[in-house]
Amino acid sequence: MKFERYGKGIAKGLTVTIRHLLRHPVTAQYPEQRLNVSRRTRGNELIWDKEKCTGCATCAKTCPQGVIHIITSVSAEENKYVVEKFEMDTGYCISCGLCVEACPYEALFMGYAFERAKYQRGELVQADEMLLASAKRRPSGYMHPEIASELPRQTLLVERITEEK
Amino acid sequence: MMAIKTEPFVLNIGPVHPSTHGVFRMRATLDGEVIVNLEPVFGYLHRGIEKLAEERTYTGIIPLTDRLDYLASMSNNLAYVLAVEKLAGISIPERAEYLRVIIAELQRIASHLIAVGAFLNDCGAFFTPFLYMFREREKIVDLFEMLSGQRLLYNYMRIGGFTQDIPDEFLPALDKFVKQMPSFIDEYDYLLKENEILLARAKGVGILPKELAINISASGPVLRASGVKWDIRKVDPYSIYDRFEFDIPTGTAGDCYDRYRVRVEEMRQSLRIIRQAMEQLPAGPIRSEVPHLVRPPAGEAYGHIEAPKGELGFYLVSDNSIAPYRCHIRAPSLLNLTALRDMMIGWKIQDAIIIFGSIDITMGEVDR
Repeated sequence: MKFERYGKGIAKGLTVTIRHLLRHPVTAQYPEQRLNVSRRTRGNELIWDKEKCTGCATCAKTCPQGVIHIITSVSAEENKYVVEKFEMDTGYCISCGLCVEACPYEALFMGYAFERAKYQRGELVQADEMLLASAKRRPSGYMHPEIASELPRQTLLVERITEEK
Repeated sequence: MMAIKTEPFVLNIGPVHPSTHGVFRMRATLDGEVIVNLEPVFGYLHRGIEKLAEERTYTGIIPLTDRLDYLASMSNNLAYVLAVEKLAGISIPERAEYLRVIIAELQRIASHLIAVGAFLNDCGAFFTPFLYMFREREKIVDLFEMLSGQRLLYNYMRIGGFTQDIPDEFLPALDKFVKQMPSFIDEYDYLLKENEILLARAKGVGILPKELAINISASGPVLRASGVKWDIRKVDPYSIYDRFEFDIPTGTAGDCYDRYRVRVEEMRQSLRIIRQAMEQLPAGPIRSEVPHLVRPPAGEAYGHIEAPKGELGFYLVSDNSIAPYRCHIRAPSLLNLTALRDMMIGWKIQDAIIIFGSIDITMGEVDR
């Protein structure tokens, strides 16, 4: 390499970094500033619709991790299954969403929330009433397009960078 | 000049070391600063995915394939799904074929951005190019999040198509990305392509000769940088790659700098493919009728794709049950890694980091 040319490439590169200094930052200050997640977010908290569930256990058979446990009994007068216990161990859940996809009665939803830290390991096992939807536990639009259309629009970085070169 | 011989000294680089890109150990025997022998040790991240696959349903394996090369989950999904479709004789709708091409090429850009960024990081451009490239990768990850609902382990492809159709806002956002991206690639080139320090450190370092690259069955950018024009998309077109026009960038010297350049050029070619696929994208269904539990006839199939890191193949043996009898994964990272010893002998210890970074491996795929 010729010594006299030395430094030209470095100076050229530094112009790029200087231009970057003057750009708007693209980072978000997370706990204070929140971006909208995807409408199809697969949050970890599985949400269960007790009314629609028939206890067929398709979700439990589909789950690759064996997270879902269902105990049912047969109701004599109505001639159908009664779900006695619907339990999932979120510690094993890999959030693949195959259970939601498999449910023939659309009784399962992925959660829209994504903060899922717990203080105790035992809290990871969730059952029955804990799995129902509430104001804090909103279902996401994964495999449920009717819910997806009501959720806020996802923030996209590609739209936040406005400058064109 | 008389060389002074010193006593051989064994140095362990890794298993936990920032430049080994995961848990990988290099047992280097040094003579002074020069590497005289090198023994790669891996297996620290072994999770037994091939064995786990034998007891899961064909659909249940798709989330496992995400965890092979976690920087290119969509490509892994595609390779596996193609193998199952070949095994079971399933054809997929036209729209899904085009979407698969778009997604696979987006994933290639995302993976190469990390590869190039990490390589430049290893060269000493401390985190500046890496973070610039992470910003661009973030846009791709945003798009994938919109499709699949997660940012790293997508689990989006299914046997026979996709889980759900793309949302309405996907194509406008993709269009914006495709328009923005070329100027950013030019910017990276302007930043470091002619940087003298980079040239001095990467040019002529870690040469992988053409014959050796073929002998060790290297693939992907590592092989192409050595001057072999071999790309599965061209030599054995899977999906609908024969309908698109693109070039295969190759290197000449087979050194670290060529491997870096080949990756940058491949990003440009990927953008070209995406642009063509977006224009031709037809309407229609995105999934063909496939039973919930796929039960392929007894037999075997090998589906392979040009993944960002090389030829990724899934070899499946079926015994007509709902789970494969055997699932073997041909991981490009592992086979490219076999060249490591030959590339490193004779180079100094500080070059070892660059040579290793230029191969671009993911430990999740090496150990499986």
